[in-house]
Amino acid sequence: MNGYILAALAIWIGAWTLNEWLVRQRPASAQAKQAVGIIVPVIFGATLLAVWECLVYGFQIPPILLPAPSAIWVKLINSVPVLWADFQQTFLKSVITGYIAGCGLGFAVALLIDRSPFLQKGLLPIGNFVSALPVVGIAPIMVMWFGFDWPSKVAVVVIMTFFPMLVNTVQGLASASHMERDLMRTYAANWGQTLIKLRLPAAWPFIFNALKINSTLALIGAIVAEFFGTPIVGMGFRISTEVGRANIDMVWAEIAVAAVAGSVFYGLVALAERWVTFWHPSVRGGRA
Amino acid sequence: MTSTKPSLFRDRVLPVLTVIAVILVIWHVAVVYLNAPFVRDQAARAGTVVTLGEIIPQTFNQERPILPAPHQIIAELWDTTIAKPITSKRSLVYHAWVTLSATLMGFGMGTVLGILLAVGIVHNRAMDKSLMPWVIASQTIPILAIAPMIIVVLNSIGISGLLPKALISTYLSFFPIVVGMVKGLRSPDVLLLDLMHTYNASRAQTFWKLRWPAALPYLFTSLKVAIAISLVGAIVGELPTGAVAGLGARLLSGSYYGQTIQIWAALFMAAALAAVLVSIIGLAHTQVLKRMGAKP
Repeated sequence: MNGYILAALAIWIGAWTLNEWLVRQRPASAQAKQAVGIIVPVIFGATLLAVWECLVYGFQIPPILLPAPSAIWVKLINSVPVLWADFQQTFLKSVITGYIAGCGLGFAVALLIDRSPFLQKGLLPIGNFVSALPVVGIAPIMVMWFGFDWPSKVAVVVIMTFFPMLVNTVQGLASASHMERDLMRTYAANWGQTLIKLRLPAAWPFIFNALKINSTLALIGAIVAEFFGTPIVGMGFRISTEVGRANIDMVWAEIAVAAVAGSVFYGLVALAERWVTFWHPSVRGGRA
Repeated sequence: MTSTKPSLFRDRVLPVLTVIAVILVIWHVAVVYLNAPFVRDQAARAGTVVTLGEIIPQTFNQERPILPAPHQIIAELWDTTIAKPITSKRSLVYHAWVTLSATLMGFGMGTVLGILLAVGIVHNRAMDKSLMPWVIASQTIPILAIAPMIIVVLNSIGISGLLPKALISTYLSFFPIVVGMVKGLRSPDVLLLDLMHTYNASRAQTFWKLRWPAALPYLFTSLKVAIAISLVGAIVGELPTGAVAGLGARLLSGSYYGQTIQIWAALFMAAALAAVLVSIIGLAHTQVLKRMGAKP
């Protein structure tokens, strides 16, 4: 037992006690309640980082296995240009393009087959089935078809995000009740009007569900596709080569960028969801 | 509109078969379209002229087609599963088993971890407040991006083989189970919880007699998602090991050597594996619900 390990234990116990105390408080105002809701997970995350740092020094883990958070931070700061180039290649080009195209395509096809119950019955089981398949596996084929650069990654992302979007949109469009549809019919509303005024609003929660799932799927798809061949830039490329060159701190820096990008992306979609489906019970309670 | 009795064939099987038939037709057209340039190219190099009638049969029998025809994939699947001994390194059954064992191990560990975390989150407010946001945030990290590193790093400290791949599957599969179980364990309503309270039931009794049974339907729904992504985790976990064994290795080596048919066969095997695993969980789901009396 050396000092670092004791420090790790002390930090852990201290932070946990603090959190236990915080969640038992009965704050009077809504703001204070909200603040506790934010502070508690932040303390937990900071504790994890601190304990990680202490354990790395305490057990003298070689940096090739697990670098300390501080070392990763230094590396991150020092290699911003490389990270930015990778981010541009993987996130801005592959993920965003593929995400928009895949989700848009899924949505459009869902609208197209909306009027045909026969097609819905045929496509939905297949769509559900494909969503459960390891779609990442098509990456080598797409790399062969579309070359090493970002279009092949876009293709992978499009295929991965298409089916969740299709299945969810069709389900969402079907979620308006018969009463409401009959009401629209008594108003002599045509298909387009019913769609815009009734069925799309009813479908938004489902569509946002797909958008959220797809936000992480898109990033995973793009990075994994880069393992199968890429020009010498990109997050997946950097991770696989720097692992080979034993620069684990660089890999962690890349992971940190991916984590932040993924979280921000997810957060933006969640914010948009709040804004669009403000009427939904799960949002009204402030628990979306 | 005439309302008739719902029939399994007309409402379920026929539409699916129609869509599959359409996909197959599109596939065959695409085979001709995508592979024809190669045939024309070969003919031009040989100095001969080929007619369309000659091109079409050739596009279906190329050694390294851009898009293999379905019958080529089926032939490859037959050749590598039935025609080869299972122990052979060229047998797809062997590779599928390597992937499957990692998948199942990771799935098992992920299930246990997920349930334990969910129980903790439901019973401890501090865990709920501090852990739950990070459990969600952990999934926005593309863990598959770290997969190669985990494999290589664990390999360098002497842990290799099944466990590293299983760990990636665990990481991927624990999340849906935590989310589903937390929802499930909280699903009994206040009336029922109050009833347990009036019985003077202990926390353990409330858990085993009320919360756990109520959570089972949620658990099975999560398990279906979890096992599918466990398989993805195991396949991606095989990529960095240098294409030794497993379906992921088959994909990678196929990609290195331009063996398109091999890639497609591995892909179909993975798809079949996922389908079988998910349907096994689905069967267990209906069985358990039947035993619990939820479904007649």
